[in-house]
Amino acid sequence: MVATQVGAIAMRSIARTVRQPASFIPPLVFPTMLLAVNSGGLASATGLEGFPTDSFLAFALAVPFIQGALFSTMNAGTDLARDIQTGFLSRLSLTPLRGSALLAGTLGGVVVLGQVQTAFYVLVGLAAGVDFHAGLLGIAVLFAFASIVSLGFGALGSFMALRTGSGEAIQGLFPLLFVFLFISSMNMPRDLIEIDWFRAAATANPVSYLLECVRSLIITGWDGEALALGFGVAGALAVVAVGLAAVALKERLART
Amino acid sequence: MRIWPVASGVAWRTLKNVFTNPSLLVPSIIFPLFFFTAFAGGLSRVAQVPGFDFPSGYTAFQFVFVLLQSAALGGVFTGFGIARDFESGFARRLLLASPNRSGIVLGYALAAAGRWLVTALVLTVVALVAGMQVGGGAVDLVGLYTLALLLNVSGILWAGGVAMRLRTMQAGPVMQMPVFLTLFFAPVYVPLDLLEGWIEVVATANPVTRLLETGRGLLAGSPPHVLLAYGLAAGLAAAFLAWAMRGLRSAEAAG
Repeated sequence: MVATQVGAIAMRSIARTVRQPASFIPPLVFPTMLLAVNSGGLASATGLEGFPTDSFLAFALAVPFIQGALFSTMNAGTDLARDIQTGFLSRLSLTPLRGSALLAGTLGGVVVLGQVQTAFYVLVGLAAGVDFHAGLLGIAVLFAFASIVSLGFGALGSFMALRTGSGEAIQGLFPLLFVFLFISSMNMPRDLIEIDWFRAAATANPVSYLLECVRSLIITGWDGEALALGFGVAGALAVVAVGLAAVALKERLART
Repeated sequence: MRIWPVASGVAWRTLKNVFTNPSLLVPSIIFPLFFFTAFAGGLSRVAQVPGFDFPSGYTAFQFVFVLLQSAALGGVFTGFGIARDFESGFARRLLLASPNRSGIVLGYALAAAGRWLVTALVLTVVALVAGMQVGGGAVDLVGLYTLALLLNVSGILWAGGVAMRLRTMQAGPVMQMPVFLTLFFAPVYVPLDLLEGWIEVVATANPVTRLLETGRGLLAGSPPHVLLAYGLAAGLAAAFLAWAMRGLRSAEAAG
């Protein structure tokens, strides 16, 4: 029964994304364009002593995976906020649908989109000649990691939507998410960041560990520390965000 | 027909809207600061790449890019306001009430410049506090800000032309993306000589590259190809003036 409900909501979430090109094209195209620009413009940075690879494209390929996941926050949040604003959630609350099924279904749709994004970026990397040092198994780990990251960021967006009930408030999150992305080890390994406060901020920023987890699979191979930190941060984010979203959903349904 | 009453009225209204609405004002100031911080702070080690020889240092190198970017995007953000005016119906009433409609375009351009000057002031103060070295004299600096102002004018005329043709906020990406991409297809992180592959080819053909090189040279006190840069900037502004005026005619024809 619950599985049927989850499936129905997940299918609706996926269908709604597929029907709106504005929902799935930017998460694929913008990160790819940024990758092209940065990997071209910063190629000479690989000449710095201590730079971990001689291909900036391989180094930067981690960024679209995380940037795409940040878009998941926006998509999940905006869709749910629209459901609240249009009264769809209020009507759903009159049906036997369980709150947990609604949340799981919505997040299921976000995770599917995350998998599509991951497949796209892996193909872009392979087409551009990037050698995934962790091999096929590493790519499989990458898909698993992307699922957890999408789940975490999707739940964060859902939490914001349930708390605010406003699509505009979710859109307002976008610059903040970009701050987290840019003040990280996105373009330079942390040990090569020269400015002390920036290195400290990047070290304190959890997005750095998500990036370094993906990056380790691409340019290093199997780095236990990077994988543990990345999966740890992603898992913690997912647990906390899903918990917050579940509480917010309960409060929202009680109000409707 | 006198143009100034229309232009000053439109400019005053637009500036009042921007400066009394934090959701419009704050992003246009915060985004350049954010790019400046991320690039000058996070990438300063790039100055040690063999062949990087900008005398004023990496902070100054990135400052000029962010200054020009803020100028161009400041114009584009004002273009969003034009689209919003069309969506709300205000622009149609403005067209009806204006004895000289060219003043509408001039008014929006003045507002874009006024808005950008505040951003430029904040950005400059932050860069100086961050230790930016300035090698150029007063004339060089006036030249740098004039160059940026020409880019700001080009930005608003481009975005205004799009807004007056499409007359919807959904045209935002059409206004913003080409400008954003053109700026990033220039030598943003390292000088042109250090670029390789396809980006070098694109950056060499990109007119913004000459503006950026001249701007950086002005800040350092040894500007290259000044006439070419000003000619390109003025040419862009003139071309987009024609684009905006045709957009205005399109809006008039649409009624």
